[in-house]
Amino acid sequence: MTSAPPHREIAVVAFAQTVHRRISDELSEVEMLMPVLHEVLDRTGLKTADIDFTCSGSSDYLAGRAFSFTLALDGVGAWPPISESHVEMDGAWALYEAWTKLLTGDADTALVYAYGKSSPGPVRDVLTRQLDPYYVAPLWPDSVALAALQAQALIDTGAADEPALAAVAARNRENAAANPHAQLRHRVPQGDYLVRPLRTGDCPPIGDGAAAVILAAGDRARALCARPAWIRGIDHRIEAHGLGVRDLTDSPSTRLAAERAGAFARPVDTAELHAPFTAQEIVLRRALRLGDDVTVNPSGGALAAHPIMAAGLIRLGEAAARIHRGASDRALAHATSGPCLQQNLVAVLEGEPR
Amino acid sequence: MPEVLKAPLVVEFPFTRSLGPVQSAFLTGLRARVVLGVRTGDGRVLVPPVEYDPVTAEEIRDLTEVAPTGTVTTWAWNHAPRRGQPLTTPFAWVLVRLDGADTALLHALDAPGPDAVHTGMRVRVRWAEQRTGAITDIACFEPYDGDPAGTAGHTGAFEDPVTGIVAPARLDYTYAPGRAQTAYLDALSGRRTVGERCPECRKVYIPPRGACPTCGVATSEQVEVGPRGTVTTFCVVNIKAKNLDIEVPYVYAHIALDGAGLALHGRIGGIPYDEVRMGLRVEPVWTESARHPDHYRPTGEPDADYDTYKELL
Repeated sequence: MTSAPPHREIAVVAFAQTVHRRISDELSEVEMLMPVLHEVLDRTGLKTADIDFTCSGSSDYLAGRAFSFTLALDGVGAWPPISESHVEMDGAWALYEAWTKLLTGDADTALVYAYGKSSPGPVRDVLTRQLDPYYVAPLWPDSVALAALQAQALIDTGAADEPALAAVAARNRENAAANPHAQLRHRVPQGDYLVRPLRTGDCPPIGDGAAAVILAAGDRARALCARPAWIRGIDHRIEAHGLGVRDLTDSPSTRLAAERAGAFARPVDTAELHAPFTAQEIVLRRALRLGDDVTVNPSGGALAAHPIMAAGLIRLGEAAARIHRGASDRALAHATSGPCLQQNLVAVLEGEPR
Repeated sequence: MPEVLKAPLVVEFPFTRSLGPVQSAFLTGLRARVVLGVRTGDGRVLVPPVEYDPVTAEEIRDLTEVAPTGTVTTWAWNHAPRRGQPLTTPFAWVLVRLDGADTALLHALDAPGPDAVHTGMRVRVRWAEQRTGAITDIACFEPYDGDPAGTAGHTGAFEDPVTGIVAPARLDYTYAPGRAQTAYLDALSGRRTVGERCPECRKVYIPPRGACPTCGVATSEQVEVGPRGTVTTFCVVNIKAKNLDIEVPYVYAHIALDGAGLALHGRIGGIPYDEVRMGLRVEPVWTESARHPDHYRPTGEPDADYDTYKELL
């Protein structure tokens, strides 16, 4: 089975994000999100009424606020009633839904946003609630513990050791020095074990943040952006939920999504990988066959800022923004969801020749 | 700017879940100290067993007993156990491939320290003393120096099988309402009701949430409203709510406070329930140390004209 060729060219034409922070308790979710919505609209000159479709990603579990996504919608100005949808997933999957909506021709423009406030809750424990409720969730295995099992499995294969993990952490956070939105903008000590073999430095910072992008089709995209980031392909794939069924040292779902997105047809110059834990970047680089000539996570990646539910969308936004400003011609963006890279999305973005 | 308000927020549910036939057999087996796997079409044995083949999606029901002994396939040392985890002392998280199984089960391994754990080490199940038919019937694994334990070839048929589990879940949050609601709550503590006006459509939101949902812009201009208001619509409550000490029937109403752009809701007292009407003028009644008005009562003014509140219905 092959996907039908896209009938329309669709691009990311604008991207905005918060300055991600450890805690933002002076702001409600909509108060945190709204400036980002305004900024992304301002970049294109569009108003809410010009947006044909709006799609968001968030999870009420993070902050423990029921129906927070409906309150967040207040920041959009959804009156007269707009065409709108929400996914209880990272905003990268909201972008995927918006992309399909534009493909159908029902919409020419879409606003995609995502936000997450991890600061009000015990995020390691909160994430246990996404696990198999019969055999796994009753044991409360936290997100760091599961990532540590994956890291140890990778170390056992000889593909990584603790110094290699530390090097991933250092490189990402050094890259983030150039990213004013990142939460950690410099190298930090690897620190003590959180769950061995992962040290605090191997884990993402906990924080709050939001991001938004605007998609547009064809000539509309060209009118809104000097150099649109064309989505040449996008696909997402999921693996079995049973951790013990999977090979945690590989990411076949990433590889397949990348194949379907056309990532292997030609080399990319940039990759934004959603790897919250150091070992996961090594797994992803291997699955995606990224060579040393590819600039990986120039933004600092998820190790520098990890607003859950937005961190994947930010990878797409960062890759697109790099194309917008001429720093990349062909970029891969990746987002992940679930424990140990269970579900993965890959997009290939290109700028037109300069 | 006032101090940011915060309060503890505990979200707690006992999730009651029914089990499919394979899950039921597996958990009933644990209660009886038997570990069951399920065989896939290509002969692999999955432990823990699932109802559908993760590769082919075929329905699988062929249960087979595996040993309570096995081999660690990966591990992670947890020096600081968290609430709800299998052990309260430091332990290793492990994936264990039980003897006779082709896949691995997640659980805890009780070991003296990380130096005593390695991938490939042999372990066995330590059964919980009280078993109910849950994954926690396995208390944890423990190091085991021996050959695979034998099995009795159990087929997974039990009298009195477990058909459901109750899984308690609790998460502790620190709730912070944000800028606009903090200001609203601060004003309420002085028995004043303060909303925020939209700079574009001029509507005054009570309670304010920080954004005008119509215009999508921040509200910031603070506007005191009330204290008096008008009943725009109401209902008569005839069923007594649990833990609520109010005699039924009583009236619950939408009340447009004077100057507000939308109605809030509250109970109406001080008037027989069957005399409450649209347009009734009311005022808040505070009780000692209350953070919100206890209820609203008639002011005695003439009823408001319908045209004055029809947009607020």
